[in-house]
Amino acid sequence: MSAGMETFYEVIRRQGITRRSFTKFCSLTAASLGLGAGAATEMAQALETKPRIPVIWMHGLECTCCSESFIRSAHPLVKDVVLSMISLDYDDTIMAAAGHQADAILQETRQKYKGQYILAVEGNPPLNEDGMFCIDGGRPFVEKLKEMAEDAMAIIAWGACASWGCVQAAKPNPTQATPIDKVIKNKPIIKVPGCPPIAEVMTGVVTFVTTFGRLPDLDRQGRPKMFYSQRIHDKCYRRPHFDAGQFVEEWDDEGARKGYCLYKMGCKGPTTYNACSTVRWNGGVSFPIQSGHGCIGCSEDNFWDKGSFYDRLTGINQFGIEANADKVGGTVAGVVAAGVAAHAAVTAIKRVASKKPEQVG
Amino acid sequence: MTTQIADVQGAYDASGAEKARTLQTIYVYEAPVRLWHWVNALAITVLCVTGYFIGSPLPSVPGEASANFLMGYIRFAHFAAGQVLIVFFLLRVYWAFVGNAYARQLFYLPVWNKTWLWGVFYELRWYLFMVKDPKKYIGHNPLAHVAMFTFMLFLLFMMASGMALYSEGAGRDSWQYALFGWMFSIFPNSQDIHTWHHLGMWAIVTFVIVHVYAAVREDILSRQSMISSMVSGERLFRDDLKD
Repeated sequence: MSAGMETFYEVIRRQGITRRSFTKFCSLTAASLGLGAGAATEMAQALETKPRIPVIWMHGLECTCCSESFIRSAHPLVKDVVLSMISLDYDDTIMAAAGHQADAILQETRQKYKGQYILAVEGNPPLNEDGMFCIDGGRPFVEKLKEMAEDAMAIIAWGACASWGCVQAAKPNPTQATPIDKVIKNKPIIKVPGCPPIAEVMTGVVTFVTTFGRLPDLDRQGRPKMFYSQRIHDKCYRRPHFDAGQFVEEWDDEGARKGYCLYKMGCKGPTTYNACSTVRWNGGVSFPIQSGHGCIGCSEDNFWDKGSFYDRLTGINQFGIEANADKVGGTVAGVVAAGVAAHAAVTAIKRVASKKPEQVG
Repeated sequence: MTTQIADVQGAYDASGAEKARTLQTIYVYEAPVRLWHWVNALAITVLCVTGYFIGSPLPSVPGEASANFLMGYIRFAHFAAGQVLIVFFLLRVYWAFVGNAYARQLFYLPVWNKTWLWGVFYELRWYLFMVKDPKKYIGHNPLAHVAMFTFMLFLLFMMASGMALYSEGAGRDSWQYALFGWMFSIFPNSQDIHTWHHLGMWAIVTFVIVHVYAAVREDILSRQSMISSMVSGERLFRDDLKD
């Protein structure tokens, strides 16, 4: 537990993993991160020589689906190695230690690896009532989060909760659940959204950070570009049906049987940035669209409050539960057209009325 | 005799019984402005129709996916029309600098000008049937000026949001994303950009209804030409009554 300066390589060899497996892991990970041909060697070199970076994994308001996803990473080596590496330090859900013993590890890591450890946060802190809606070890989670973030090198925000807020931040958000980047402002934060994120994406991110000691390239919204720069739609295997204009019109119709595009069924693939259509789930077995259901956009900001999962046009609930852009806009255009017609009628009547005297005279 | 007729100003009917009044015309809308207007009209029509069908696609086409490209063509038409709109808008902005004074009207509101402000309310009263006649204006009347300026703002939003949405397909390395990716800082979930872009379409449809109505109405009722002005560029003033 206190193997401080051990390298990653030493840890896995101690766990009985062969060098052959190790190099395989390096090349697979390098490939999945989209790194160049020389990167596998570079990665192996780094993992063999650099002291491994401690990771603290904290849980706020969340459902633990991120952890569940993480431990199901397809490549067993990734799971075993990365997970054991993390749990060595702190993860209250899956660590052996409990109570004060577990809490002590937090303080120990914080002092011993000041400015060197990665803080991985699953879930988010609720800020209402001074954070009383999430008590962790006898005090509000938000306090603990701020304290651990203070001395962290960087923060990984796991899942939609930590990245965007997710279901607990959906309207009306009574606990005022708040994503990590709105609470911690002075540390680099990497968002790994999804509900949950894909296991291989999570291990890929952890591996990148622990290997290279820095964050991967992030996009405008703080997500790693390597996994979140394309939409589900861009790499969807049903895309040819979209371009052809072939859609599932209702569940269980002919189009559904033929595997047509789920666009009309409200698939959020065209607005969702994630790697589901390339990496897929459960070891590359499938992903929602492949099993016949549209994407619900779980890795996108505020996805719970963007109307039904099954509507193409986003609901605009301010104008009634059934409203969308066409209904609101169409109504406005219709009212204006009626107004124009009425105005034209008044104009015509006034014109006729004012002309009469002229004709007489 | 013939020389006498040739010397007379103005137009006659064939028998010489009636003489047309000489009316004052002034060249307002230069050729690039008129061209821009009609290109816009066409592009916006294409954009609204194709945009609607992107949001609510047509019924599925039969056959193999490889044999069809309907949605692809609709989207292509939308993107092409959008890019035409943007290119012509840029040319129009250029023309605002080099064209005549009326070419600049669309792009600013002279809110500091008291006469202009008075004109806004005067024209508003004209539309509320509170005054008998509108004033004569060489360019846009002040109320129309406000409407056109507002329309330009909508058009700018539609172009920016449209390019941001286009950049989703073009990729994060595209110049479209480099120039318009900031839209995603305002709307982190692009579902919202889709919704606002869609609402923007309806705003433009609403504008077109009012715009066409006002142009036809003014052409009939007001003391100046409207529709033909956007064809010939010349504004004809129909009376010389005292204001």
